[in-house]
Amino acid sequence: MIRFILLQNRQGKTRLAKYYIPLEDSEKHKVEYEVHRLVVNRDPKHTNFVEFRTHKVIYRRYAGLFFSMCVDITDNELAYLECIHLFVEILDHFFSNVCELDLVFNFHKVYLILDEFILAGEIQETSKRD
Amino acid sequence: MAATAASSSSPSLIDTLFQRSLDDVIRVLRSSSSAALEAAAIARALDEIRREIRSPDLDTKAVALQKLTYLASLHHFDMSWAAFHALELLPSTSLPHPRAAYLAASVSFHPSSTDLLPLATHQLRKHLAPSPSNSPALAAPALHLLALASSPDLAGHLAPDLLPILSSQSSSNPLRPKAVATALRALAVCPDTAPVLFKPLVECLSLSSDPRAVSAAIGAFCELALAASDPSPYIPLAPEFYRLLVDSRNNWVTIKVLKIFARLAPLEPRVAARIVDPVCQLLRRSTAKSLVFECIRTVFSSLLDHDAAVRLAVDKTKEFVASDDDPNLRYLGLQALTMLGPAHSWAVEDSREVVIQSLNDTDTSIRREALRLEMGMLSDSNVVDICNMLIKYAIKSDPEFANEILDAVLATCGRNVYELIVDFDWYVSLLGEMVRNPHFAKGDEIERQLVDVGLRVRDARPELIRVARNLLIDPALLGNPFLCRVLSAAAWVSGEYVEFSRNPLELVEALLQPRTNLLPPFVRAVYVQAVFKILAYSFISFIKQIQAGELLEIGNSFIQRGGKQEGSDLVAAKSSSDQNNAFAIGDGVATDDKAILFDSIEKQETFKHESISCLLNLIETVVGPLSECGEVEVQERARNVLGLILIIRETQFWNIEEGHELTRDDKITKMVELMESAFSEELGPVSTNAQKRVSVPEALILNENLSDLLDILGDDDINPCASVSFSFRNHHSTETNQDSATAIEPNSFLAEHRKRHGLYYLHMDKDKSESNDYPCANEPLLPVSHGEDTEDIVKLPAQSLIPEKAKPTKPRPLVIRLDEGDGVSSSNLTTAKESKGDLLSGAIRDVLLRNEKKPSLTHKTSLDRTSQRRENGASENSELISQQKESNSFGDREHGNSSSRKGRHHHKERIESSGQNRDNEEKSHRHSTKSSRHHRRHKHRQRGDAPLDIAPQSPVIQDFLL
Repeated sequence: MIRFILLQNRQGKTRLAKYYIPLEDSEKHKVEYEVHRLVVNRDPKHTNFVEFRTHKVIYRRYAGLFFSMCVDITDNELAYLECIHLFVEILDHFFSNVCELDLVFNFHKVYLILDEFILAGEIQETSKRD
Repeated sequence: MAATAASSSSPSLIDTLFQRSLDDVIRVLRSSSSAALEAAAIARALDEIRREIRSPDLDTKAVALQKLTYLASLHHFDMSWAAFHALELLPSTSLPHPRAAYLAASVSFHPSSTDLLPLATHQLRKHLAPSPSNSPALAAPALHLLALASSPDLAGHLAPDLLPILSSQSSSNPLRPKAVATALRALAVCPDTAPVLFKPLVECLSLSSDPRAVSAAIGAFCELALAASDPSPYIPLAPEFYRLLVDSRNNWVTIKVLKIFARLAPLEPRVAARIVDPVCQLLRRSTAKSLVFECIRTVFSSLLDHDAAVRLAVDKTKEFVASDDDPNLRYLGLQALTMLGPAHSWAVEDSREVVIQSLNDTDTSIRREALRLEMGMLSDSNVVDICNMLIKYAIKSDPEFANEILDAVLATCGRNVYELIVDFDWYVSLLGEMVRNPHFAKGDEIERQLVDVGLRVRDARPELIRVARNLLIDPALLGNPFLCRVLSAAAWVSGEYVEFSRNPLELVEALLQPRTNLLPPFVRAVYVQAVFKILAYSFISFIKQIQAGELLEIGNSFIQRGGKQEGSDLVAAKSSSDQNNAFAIGDGVATDDKAILFDSIEKQETFKHESISCLLNLIETVVGPLSECGEVEVQERARNVLGLILIIRETQFWNIEEGHELTRDDKITKMVELMESAFSEELGPVSTNAQKRVSVPEALILNENLSDLLDILGDDDINPCASVSFSFRNHHSTETNQDSATAIEPNSFLAEHRKRHGLYYLHMDKDKSESNDYPCANEPLLPVSHGEDTEDIVKLPAQSLIPEKAKPTKPRPLVIRLDEGDGVSSSNLTTAKESKGDLLSGAIRDVLLRNEKKPSLTHKTSLDRTSQRRENGASENSELISQQKESNSFGDREHGNSSSRKGRHHHKERIESSGQNRDNEEKSHRHSTKSSRHHRRHKHRQRGDAPLDIAPQSPVIQDFLL
């Protein structure tokens, strides 16, 4: 299952954070900081998977934004990588050519889209068709 | 303070009229140029929110809540205080209000800390109820909130309300997949809901359901089966899963099904035998890399008995590993190979070069995976080669990875009390070599292992002392703070096993060299103690040597009678004249050692009088100043050493050059006895459970738990966060500047950015024709160039990874192992989780067994389900069933278009799977017929309340797939 999803820009500012497990505020803060540090310096030629504590983070960079998804160690990495891409395409479709500012000012809409896409850590939509 | 401000100023009309919107707040935050300004802006916004949120006007309240949610989710401000205000908005009839409330609740509610959510039970129920007036727009967030934040009680209360959505037959109910995910969470939180929720979940798997519901349901079962400590309750569902595996065209579903089968196959060989073919077909045909990888993983984890499948999977894995252009695939290939273990090291052989190149990859993920693979391939036959190679490689590697290598080698070799190690001499010298690594930082573990090997493996001690000597004697090591733990272990070894040393005097010189003052006091103390032991040993040997010389003269007549033992008795007799009792005990212990000493003396291992005097002088000059040392440990031990020297010097005949006179002094012999009794007893390893076996003295009262302590110390745990949040702030400030810049000229900026970083953008001209079948994860990624300096590493280990069957030159020495608890540390970490999982599996097993009571036992659930499907009138079913029948050699399944009720009463021949199950099944058969009379009608609730008369009987596994 997906533990959390983060959208962060290269400076480490969180644009969207969705946790599917209960975490304290201070812990969330720490997690976001650590995940950003893990992914920000990675080369584009590197894998899109990083180990994070006892889980792994699947991330992908779009423009200046990192989409990071923390999943169980047994989950299928490539499938979740596709998930991220699908989510970005959905956002792109909704905002027509999405950019970071769209996400900043349409905060609650992004949440709504995300909730349609993933519920309780389980992917709801597996195809762009619907 | 803020709370009082809020209460003093009540919301006014002005607030409502001139309320700032969320956009306003965001703009202000973005325009504040420094961290301080931003903090001020946030504080102001929070103040406003506190006032506005108490407004009777719902619009004002909703906007305030929205702003608060923004601040809480992106700036981590506590908003638990506003929980009640969120609930106030739920009943509103205007759609945006409850939506804002749900969003706020899903961000801030916490199952353990929010006690307010039960207040909303009624409202949630209303939103979930299927009525035309209710739009899915509210049911969806209600489901979401329920999944995220429900307590066990709430989940239990609202589970029945999920049923109408779960079992809705309209094929396009968008809520059904969401309800499935919510049901999964409810099951996880509250296993008691299983009787209510499990059956509808199973029904979602049927072909007639909406494909999205199937996908959600299979995801849910995957979670359940993976989380359960014992997935056997899910075996009855295997026919359903098998059908999906064969028929589903959705890769996502297939991946999940494979995950479930990977879990089930080890429990039930027939399941494994059935899925091999479809898995191999997928491996051959699928173009989706994610699916291929999942097949590989399934084969490697659960189908290792099937050679053809393993070979096919290995071939595919090699393709993965060899894909230069896609690091993701290479990473996954390495990961897959790691699953194979030493038994299949032939599979790794061909990819050896890539594996070793990967050790040098710039990507830490790949390097780590390659290292893990190497470690996974270790067996007692290749451990020497691979470890030597890795340790050499670690010297050239960067500091972080070098230590990861050392860590991995230490952990793997030390696993289960050094089970892989045959040649301990080699291992001990490897430990010594690791210390020479320039980036070495694993002092603690090496310290532990040096001492541990010494205690456990008697045969390794001579080599151990040689390694210790080499470490101690090198002045360059003393200044390195990472090494002091290792040196402390080396010093301890040198003192404890000094009898194996070729030159104890050299050891003392090493232990007393001037640079030892760089060591921290606790290591210094060990050094001084080691000096003490060596001094005692040397002195005893010296005296023994003289006595032996005398004995040779006196006792020539004893020789033909095997005089050694006699001789030592004589010594004992001589000294026992005025011994007190305490010494007598030591005497008994020491007799054997004396025999050894005689041996060593015969081997010309001699201590001269001058050398001992020299030793005394050296120790006196160096240790002397330490007796004034401020550290008590060092000071005390230094004084011990000096005291011993003083006693030796005071003996009557010490200054006489001819040492033979020494033995005439009673004091000397007494002293020798005393010191021998002090040091002769060997220290052994201590079991990790030893502490538990010590009985608690009666007078001692222990606190039941340490909750009082928690109260005192609890707050301190948050400390580490302080630094984190601090550096995060810095990010904020630099970032906002840039943000405001982008805000001015977004378009030109964006265009330029896209030009420079095009690879991170979505393609401008998206081809609409791309396959919708999700996920087709083989999209081309970026080309990869390898590090240039890999060649030299490739040259390093021509032999590594091949399980060379070189026979060990000598037998493995005895390694002392204690009871079962020794070396096993990670035992009860998972128990808490498991117990919960067990509860759930128990409940599910219960549900399944009950389901199965109506049909006559055979093909329990599958029948139940097929009848369900017939009810639904799905025409594919008969096709499916006949397909299953074709593959069923027993051909016992009756099928056709008979009505479902009739189907239930068919008496199927039971497949006799194995003789030993028969009795069990007979029993459950009786049970089932009995209870099926009671529960002829579907009444989930009643079933849930029924007594658990059949509950956890041993699972009767049947030939579901045949």
